Amino acid sequence: MIAVRAEQLRKIFGKFIALDGLDLNVAEGTIFGFLGPNGAGKTTTIRILTGLAHATHGKAWVLGEEVGRNQPEIAHQVGFLPEEPAFYNWMTPREFLDHTGRIFGLPAALRAERTKELLELAGLEESAKRRIGGFSRGMRQRLALAQALINRPKLLLLDEPASALDPEGRKEVLDFIDHLRGQCTVFMSTHILADVERVCDTVGIINRGRLVTEAPRDALLKQYAIPAVEVQVDENKLSELASWSESIKTQPWVASVSIRGPVARVIVEDIATAKSELLKSFPLAGLIPTRYEVVKPSLEDVFLKLVGQEEAAK
Amino acid sequence: MSMWVEFRKEWMYLVRTYRFLVSVIVLVFFGLASPFLAKFLPEIITSAATGGLNIQIPPATVVDAISQYVKNIEQFGILLAWIFAMGAVAQEKDRGTAAMMLVKPMPRGTFLLAKFISLALVLACSVILAGIAGYYYTYLLFEAMDILRWLALNGLLLVYLLVVLAITLFCSTLTKSQVAAGGIALGIMIIPGQVMVLLKWGKSLPGELLTWGARLMRGNTSPSWIAFGVSIALVIVPLLAAWLVFRRQEL
Repeated sequence: MIAVRAEQLRKIFGKFIALDGLDLNVAEGTIFGFLGPNGAGKTTTIRILTGLAHATHGKAWVLGEEVGRNQPEIAHQVGFLPEEPAFYNWMTPREFLDHTGRIFGLPAALRAERTKELLELAGLEESAKRRIGGFSRGMRQRLALAQALINRPKLLLLDEPASALDPEGRKEVLDFIDHLRGQCTVFMSTHILADVERVCDTVGIINRGRLVTEAPRDALLKQYAIPAVEVQVDENKLSELASWSESIKTQPWVASVSIRGPVARVIVEDIATAKSELLKSFPLAGLIPTRYEVVKPSLEDVFLKLVGQEEAAK
Repeated sequence: MSMWVEFRKEWMYLVRTYRFLVSVIVLVFFGLASPFLAKFLPEIITSAATGGLNIQIPPATVVDAISQYVKNIEQFGILLAWIFAMGAVAQEKDRGTAAMMLVKPMPRGTFLLAKFISLALVLACSVILAGIAGYYYTYLLFEAMDILRWLALNGLLLVYLLVVLAITLFCSTLTKSQVAAGGIALGIMIIPGQVMVLLKWGKSLPGELLTWGARLMRGNTSPSWIAFGVSIALVIVPLLAAWLVFRRQEL
């Protein structure tokens, strides 16, 4: 079954086209990474799916119900985490979760049980009696995730759930999402490729309000497999590395070379030739690699390639 | 069910943020102070006169105490209703709590109505307590008043304040800025009101309710039902308009 579907979704703000005919199909039970650069239309899509915004044109369905037609029915089955979660700061997290449970009509005993469970899951048991107003950003994010789960939703809509957090907070939130695998469909928007690569099993790439591609993560990586070699040198050999990269860029078997610190990433056209030619080129440039590795393509490579193609087409 | 849930949250908010307490303290203070000021102000002014200046002020009567009470509760009641209502929706939209809660199965009409009912209840409790305080002090300093008429006067005062509350709440749904909401509400209440007065339609406006209440206390029972009907309409229509605006509003 399809958990989220959109057909030719358009959203226009004045002269700005936020969504430009977005088509989307998210299968039930997946952790779907909705990936795109800032301003691509990710938040607008989620706002339309939740009923907070209205499409200028096109239709969307959530769990089989048309958005805007039967919003209360959708609301009962959906959990939502906005990009910047907002709370009643005068409440404690226990009160907030209890209030959320009341909105969903949970009976008192179940509400108490869910509140306890979710406070534990969010690691907020010790802060259960503190006012939310005094919480750190990480605590607020965890509470926001907890409130989105109070109704055991069939679909969880997460808008940039980890992008504002420090590395530790990000890890916690991504582990949290990973634990939901098999329990519900997760639709997660983000501009952080590593997060999608880590937890999502299906990926949709959006750029300028249009879906560039949508496929299972592994299929996408396989389809757009870009042979690449990484070469790492000592920190005191950076200038030699730069000269070497300039010299090999012109070779016909090289597609591109990028350098990040002491690591050069060479995208190649012909991996067999590259393997032998690269090894020959190091002594000529006075380089002794500390690491030489034929690497798997990353989602970042796929993303940059697809978005790059899209931009070039425009 | 959802109405009770939302009302409960609003009531908690009004109590926790001391809005309920402030409202009660302010109106009860003026309920007590009004007969006191009416009684002793002439004496204070007379005794303060120096340099052979002879000021003759007639002794205060119960009518002075009542008009002082109506004036004070009206002014401070309007101020409280305006301040409480102008941010009620605007602030939730601005902070993002409205979006966070309204994606859940909470009808937007319920969200609005719960705000109106809880704020109306705060004003009602404050007016009732101010009425009890005012009655008691007026009785101590002047004489006993007709309780039923005193109840009617306070009821009319409350209806008058509910008009301010409903109009300001409507304005709060129009914008994300509570200052803008307050400004629009003032504009709506002052400008058309003044035009209506210039057109000699003042007797049909909510302000007439206070005159009616004061008349009642003086023993004149001639009613102002048109003003009462207009006031009720000015409570219902802004609430309906608020719902119509808010139900399709993007958050």
